[in-house]
Amino acid sequence: MKPLAKLTFRWRSIAESRLFFPVIALCLVLLFDFIFIPGFFSIENRDGNLYGSLVDILRNGSAVSLLAIGMTLVIATGGVDLSVGAVMAISASVAGILMNPSALRNEVFFVTDPTYTFQPLWVVIGAALLVAVICGLWNGMLVAYMKIQPMVATLVLMTAGRGIAQLITNGLRVQITYRPFSYIGQGWFILPFSLYIVAFMLLATWLLTRKTAIGMFIESVGINFRSSFFSGIQERKVKLLAYTFCGFCAGIAGLVACSNVKTSDANNIGLFTELDAILAVVIGGTSMSGGRFSLLASVVGALVMQAVTQSMYAIGVPAFALQAIKSVVVIIVILLFSEQVRGLILRVGKKGV
Amino acid sequence: MSETKDDILIMQGISKAFPGVQALDDVDFSLQKGEIHCLVGENGAGKSTLIKVLTGVDRPDTGQILLGGKEIHPRSPQHSQTLGISTVYQEVNLCTNLSVAENILIGREPRKFGRIDWPAMNAQAANLLKRLLDVDIDVTQPLNTYTVAIQQMVAIARALDIASTQILILDEPTSSLDANETQQLFKVMRKLRDEGVGIIFITHFLSQVYEISDRITVLRNGKLVGTFETASLPRVELIAKMIGRSLDELDDMSSIKLESSKHIKTEAILDAQKVGRSGSIRPFDLQLRAGEVVGLAGLLGSGRTETARVLFGVDKPDTGQITFNGALVTDHGPLGSIKRGIALCPEDRKAEGIVDDLTVRENIVLAIQANKGWFSHIGVQEQYEIADKYIKMLNIATPTADQPVKNLSGGNQQKVILARWLATNPQVLILDEPTRGIDVGTKAEIQKLVLELADEGMACLFISSELEEVLRTSHRIAVLREREKVAEFSGEVDEHTIMHTIAGSEL
Repeated sequence: MKPLAKLTFRWRSIAESRLFFPVIALCLVLLFDFIFIPGFFSIENRDGNLYGSLVDILRNGSAVSLLAIGMTLVIATGGVDLSVGAVMAISASVAGILMNPSALRNEVFFVTDPTYTFQPLWVVIGAALLVAVICGLWNGMLVAYMKIQPMVATLVLMTAGRGIAQLITNGLRVQITYRPFSYIGQGWFILPFSLYIVAFMLLATWLLTRKTAIGMFIESVGINFRSSFFSGIQERKVKLLAYTFCGFCAGIAGLVACSNVKTSDANNIGLFTELDAILAVVIGGTSMSGGRFSLLASVVGALVMQAVTQSMYAIGVPAFALQAIKSVVVIIVILLFSEQVRGLILRVGKKGV
Repeated sequence: MSETKDDILIMQGISKAFPGVQALDDVDFSLQKGEIHCLVGENGAGKSTLIKVLTGVDRPDTGQILLGGKEIHPRSPQHSQTLGISTVYQEVNLCTNLSVAENILIGREPRKFGRIDWPAMNAQAANLLKRLLDVDIDVTQPLNTYTVAIQQMVAIARALDIASTQILILDEPTSSLDANETQQLFKVMRKLRDEGVGIIFITHFLSQVYEISDRITVLRNGKLVGTFETASLPRVELIAKMIGRSLDELDDMSSIKLESSKHIKTEAILDAQKVGRSGSIRPFDLQLRAGEVVGLAGLLGSGRTETARVLFGVDKPDTGQITFNGALVTDHGPLGSIKRGIALCPEDRKAEGIVDDLTVRENIVLAIQANKGWFSHIGVQEQYEIADKYIKMLNIATPTADQPVKNLSGGNQQKVILARWLATNPQVLILDEPTRGIDVGTKAEIQKLVLELADEGMACLFISSELEEVLRTSHRIAVLREREKVAEFSGEVDEHTIMHTIAGSEL
């Protein structure tokens, strides 16, 4: 690009960037916090580790951020994955039962020692993620090869998934006492450990999509699958990959969530988070009909959701009113995305320059 | 342009800019009561934009629109419709999964006790089609069971039916109609003109311009060239005004063709034997040789596109065999074909060609990247090099390679798709209607390019509904009729012979 063109179009390119609106939304929420909640921005240093409301937003938002990364790819292909919450529960159940097999002492494992756990840790994590990947593959098969509409196809696992999770744990809430595992959700290395997981996944997924042709293929399939087919892109494999990867991300999110509460609770882990993840992606500017996507914007979208929740708690909004407040915020953000409002903002910018 | 009191529509000083493109620059336009007014110009001349401004799809940056002497500000196509401006767009804009009757009367369904009165609705729609267009079809069938030509008719019927139409805009309605259907349409247009409706007609077929129009307005690069009485403007002058350069290039064609015909190889690269697909195309033989352009002639629905699809492998043939460079083809499919070195520019540019939200650059590298696979990523730098090379070579009018391809005009989109396939460096290039909806200048460019590519050793299959173009471009012509290949001509053939073959009549 020539520097001159860059200069003339600077406001435009900023305002048209995918990150612009999610970042603005996040700033607005934080501005609100800055004005109305004293001490929201204070950060404490305990033994070299940082604590505070801002850190909490990042930490509590990590599960949804992970979901949003996978969901972005699925939505970019023109689909949606409703089963991620259930897949979180399945992955948590697998991990939980492997770390506390005594919960099923009479049925499967015949282990009676409540402190016994399968070792090493990576076997537990690997098994949980493998199951999550299989769940993603299943969704991908239904959507890409059986040509079932994504919403219907993933609804199957959304409803059946929690049942499967309960079968795995025999309907019990499994306590996880294994210490090393709790580091995933509760560990701290200057910042919460789960943040590093999100950062790593974000970077890895970015490399996977943008340093290979996969990102362009996903967008191409999402925008116009017939043109893509004519151009030799294997639409079905692209979709299979997206759903499988989404399952994988949900698996990690499940581990983070159950490590955080030290319990594998098939009923509650990941409950309704699929909707938060979808909203995060929408706030991140990816169209529900597929096409262009930005992973970073989706993660910022997830943080917007979490920041809203956190600030509402901080100013004392009761939990039961939270959903209503959240929906108001969501409406505002969606309005910001409408062509009309965007056009207005672009015009204002033009006049300003 | 003198203003008379017969003017029902006056557009003054209309300007409109899109990112990086000045689509309209201070354009004046007027339409009289009871006239057919042709709007002509190359791709990107601003015809579509002018129509979009008039119908409220886009707002003009400057200028005013007077309808019957009163200033109007169309806000949306619906709004302009209520003002009495009805439009039939270039690409059929209907719901193909709904029935014909629903498509015609959607939003204005006859009702009984608050519910849709289906018998009345079907009768009304059938009556309308019969009365206005003399088309007799089952209006209860979904629209997608009919040909594009019929769909086009339905779109016109819908536009006409909207009450108190003062202005009817037809944006290239004839590009997918055959001669008979076009005449039918012209009959309707003349009738409406006599009833006092002002008609704006956009077409790329100059013969139609002269057949039907009273006045012509020429646009070029977003600027007004002028408005002329059709009777007093010779065709050559019109072309000169449209493209702003002489037509010598067109005359060059025959010499290039003659020269290139010397380099045709004898053995076939692609050899189809008894290849067919039930319900699509009857078994046919076809050889494509290096250095040769083979034209496919035939009417709409004669199996031209189907032939191309089977050869490229989008549809798998269920009989016969295809050999490529002597090897039998077993893995039919786009990716397999690309790997072998076959390319297809599909007929339906919008649905099967461009990926509209992707940039020009991404659209161009799409097929090579698909060939290379997921992990052999073409670096961004290299992508720019490839894109810039073809933007220059094909003269694609775009501010940068990063422009979303949807912002380009139709002809330039077509060039982008051509670039996508040329970038794969194919041995066989199949072009299905590469010049549809494209202006005269670009048409000649593309035809010339096809001959040049053949001269460089490519085997080309050239499909077009314009016989003249097929004749001009092809060394050999295969004729299709009713989904069957009926004849093949090589050497010099005249238009007459081929027309009779297409019609299936004796000379």
